[in-house]
Amino acid sequence: MKSSRFQYHRPSTLCEVMDCLKNLENPRVIAGGQSLVPMLNFRLIEPDHLIDLSGITDLDYIKKSGEEISIGAMTTHRTVEFSEIIRTHLPLMSLAVLSVGHRQIRNRGTIGGSLCHLDPSAEMPLVSMALDAQLVITGVAGVRIVSIEDFCEDMLSPAIEPDEILSEIRFRPWQKGHGWAFTEYARRLGDFAIVAAAALLDFGEDGRISKASLTLGGVGPVPTRITEAEVELVGQRPSEELFARTAKYCAEIEPLDDPFVPGWYRQRLSVKFAQRVLREAWAQSQVGNEH
Amino acid sequence: MPTAEYIQNITLSVNGESYTSQAEPRTSLADFLRYNLELTGTHIGCEHGVCGACTVLIDGNSMRSCLMFAVQAEGKEIATVEGLAEGNQLNSLQKAFWERHGLQCGFCTSGILMTLTEYFEINSEYSEKTIRDVLSGHICRCTGYESIVAAALDVANSKEAGNE
Repeated sequence: MKSSRFQYHRPSTLCEVMDCLKNLENPRVIAGGQSLVPMLNFRLIEPDHLIDLSGITDLDYIKKSGEEISIGAMTTHRTVEFSEIIRTHLPLMSLAVLSVGHRQIRNRGTIGGSLCHLDPSAEMPLVSMALDAQLVITGVAGVRIVSIEDFCEDMLSPAIEPDEILSEIRFRPWQKGHGWAFTEYARRLGDFAIVAAAALLDFGEDGRISKASLTLGGVGPVPTRITEAEVELVGQRPSEELFARTAKYCAEIEPLDDPFVPGWYRQRLSVKFAQRVLREAWAQSQVGNEH
Repeated sequence: MPTAEYIQNITLSVNGESYTSQAEPRTSLADFLRYNLELTGTHIGCEHGVCGACTVLIDGNSMRSCLMFAVQAEGKEIATVEGLAEGNQLNSLQKAFWERHGLQCGFCTSGILMTLTEYFEINSEYSEKTIRDVLSGHICRCTGYESIVAAALDVANSKEAGNE
């Protein structure tokens, strides 16, 4: 199992990347390569040119400016995992990143690579969807910003052109004291999730839910927000009954179905997981407020 | 045979020693170590990043050497299983594997040793849970893992007791 032949390019600026994309025939961009190299080794893809982004140190950062957290596309999962900024402002991501592959994969895989690969069960697209991320896409024609919702077009198919790369991911953190939770089930720790779920809840002074985000991964072709549930949660007082009722909306997603994991199983698991993350997010917000 | 037009020089350092050899860009780091540098301690199992047998340290971080190309490791500092022993003396981690029967066929062992080397390097507190977490990136078809975990715990206990 060896990759087919390609020529290797390691540009050191975004400008040079754009030159490569403009001038080379059948190119492919490689970030951490933790999904791409297996695809090359299996010869699912056979590019003539491999453009390695690892030489662009400008794309490896986590910054806070004003209310916004921005992460460079070439930032590794390891950097996210150990980042104090992420722990403080995007605790959901801090938690979910621990389920990305194994230690050895997190050491090399990048957040930008994970988003562009767009595996249905991957954690970073799920978290980005839960937090309404904005994606900065740099192309030969210029820079554009796209919402994660528009980016996640279809399974393994992000809305990005062959002459573009993802350069930055932007997040608006939820206010202090919000609750968050993430859970996933895989047959072995670090394997692809069969179902993953994330919830964020914020509360008003009257104790009612003021803002809700509920997202499932591994069930639909791309991470899916359960908007009906979110609408119903807002304005209500948190309770087991409420969580059980709203989690049922998860059963309305057409589930992925394969010989190992039938659709009905994913469906049942997603309802259970939705209920669990809502409950845990509520509990988490109470822990947060005691400090 | 590699095609001349694709071939390039690759210089990197393995266990503190500098090597230069020629390879195609599509040559994985694992193949480069084994075939070009004849450092066959790094083993190749699945070649798609699932089994962990080919794990090496790159600038101190554990990575799958089948999931990167040698050309991407240009200028990097690589540590492989060949660098663990001090002369003819096994290091404490290797010794613990010996004493606990942490291997049978030994195919997965070099990768596991490298992951655990990083684990003991970056952590100051150890636990069975975190040891099992890092080992989840490896597949061993012989031992049932219990003796591997026991070996790692021996090292952890000995470090915590201040013997190292």
